[in-house]
Amino acid sequence: MYDPKVIDHYNNPRNVGSFAKDADGVGTGIVGAPACGDVMKLQLKINDQGVIEDAKFKTFGCGSAIASSSLATEMVKGKTIDEAYAIKNTQIVNELKLPPVKIHCSVLAEDAIKAAIEDYRKKHGNATPPSAVPVRTTA
Amino acid sequence: MLKLPIYMDNNATTPLDPRVLNAMMPYLTESFGNAASRTHSFGWVAEAAVEKGREQIAQLINASSPDEIIFTSGATESDNLALKGVAWSYKSKGNHIITQKTEHKAILDSCKYLQKEGFEVTYLDVDKYGVVDPESVRAAITDKTILISIMYANSEIGTIQPIPQIGEIAREKGILFHCDAVQAAGKIPIDLQSTLVDLMSLSGHKLYGPKGVGALYVRKKKPFLKLTPLIHGGGHEKGKRSGTLNVPGIVGFGEACELAHRELPEEMKRLTHLRDKLREGLMAKLDYVHLNGHPEKRIPGSLNLSFEFVEGESLLMGLKDVAVSSGSACTSASLEPSYVLTAIGVGPELAHTSIRFCVGRFNTAEEVDFVIEAVVKHVTRLRELSPLYEMVLEGIDLNSIKWSAS
Repeated sequence: MYDPKVIDHYNNPRNVGSFAKDADGVGTGIVGAPACGDVMKLQLKINDQGVIEDAKFKTFGCGSAIASSSLATEMVKGKTIDEAYAIKNTQIVNELKLPPVKIHCSVLAEDAIKAAIEDYRKKHGNATPPSAVPVRTTA
Repeated sequence: MLKLPIYMDNNATTPLDPRVLNAMMPYLTESFGNAASRTHSFGWVAEAAVEKGREQIAQLINASSPDEIIFTSGATESDNLALKGVAWSYKSKGNHIITQKTEHKAILDSCKYLQKEGFEVTYLDVDKYGVVDPESVRAAITDKTILISIMYANSEIGTIQPIPQIGEIAREKGILFHCDAVQAAGKIPIDLQSTLVDLMSLSGHKLYGPKGVGALYVRKKKPFLKLTPLIHGGGHEKGKRSGTLNVPGIVGFGEACELAHRELPEEMKRLTHLRDKLREGLMAKLDYVHLNGHPEKRIPGSLNLSFEFVEGESLLMGLKDVAVSSGSACTSASLEPSYVLTAIGVGPELAHTSIRFCVGRFNTAEEVDFVIEAVVKHVTRLRELSPLYEMVLEGIDLNSIKWSAS
């Protein structure tokens, strides 16, 4: 029923935890809603060069939602914020081989990355959007 | 040694009791006759076996006569036959049916179908435990009402309805009363001498009998209860349900009813004890656990709990050695959680965290201990992963947050 990669992320989630929200260089994204059965909190620690040094997550949701956010923290590490902002949910779908009913989990993970970057930009007075805003695709 | 995985989903289906299989075996092998064959001993043997099964089933519910039992392919067919059969037979008298919101889909979807044919259906609300108020049934009755259909017990939350009281009201008003008793039969005493139900749906595989066999009890009364058949053919079951009888299935269903009837008092005690042990064990070790359903008026063995801040499907994924089910809809394409939990006022946040445990005949205290330990372990781990639990521990009111719609 689940791809082995989903099971692996579920059993051994990467980068679980939290940074202090008001810490320097931390951007926090919280997306989803308890009523929908999915809430993701994704946090990024970004250095002066705009590179994501570390990432943490916590997720309320099904195994695929946990795996999507766990994978997202791995994907963003070492990327610039512009590179991370360009990550598409389809990359997560392909990596975890998510079935159609679980695609919304990957969309949520993409949204969480973007929300965390936007939060960082807002806090650091740099509200300019990335040069190329990626087109949202859901499949 | 525990044998894994542990099956604790006995409201969905039950394993076949080996004693039932023993009773069925001859009819799956040498005694293969058609119960409708009147010209030879193969048929006579099969017919006698069917009549014994009919008698065993009648005894479980204390029906007046085995002739009140009609065999079907299962409770879904029984529900369809009761609702459509009565609706079509009595439409000249009225077009109104009363039911309630937590019925099985076989009832709700049959009602929806009848609405398309011009019937009017009242879906009564239930209280926070899932109980229908008999007075709300009385209040819904009009001069067009021809049928009331209320289940005995709910499969998701186990709540038992006040069937005897509703039966009194139905009789007083002269309205036919159907009861889907699939989850109650063999688990709690049913006495159709004192309980005025006119039609009752039963299933073989919910009480350790085989799948593919069910029954509809039809009370012998005056005036004669009319039932338009769904299936036409050889005029079996007094024309109410054509088709060659499932002899081994009926033998197994009958044997299962006899065993359930004989062991019911002891088994009620044992299952209630195991169910309460499970609930108490979990609630002692975990906070933010909520019981869904009635605290006492509940079938033995049935336990539905919400583990706040832990999504049900993710918990099921962790409980890979335990077969239970969830009210979370995340396994389906829709994001809507269980309609039963919604009907009792459980919000979607909590419905997504619900797990149904159904302890049955073959579960042991040792298994319950294993399940407690496994659930505690995984709920604790998943809460460490849950941003909601973290927020609550920080003192944040989750209702004060404006969540993004995803």
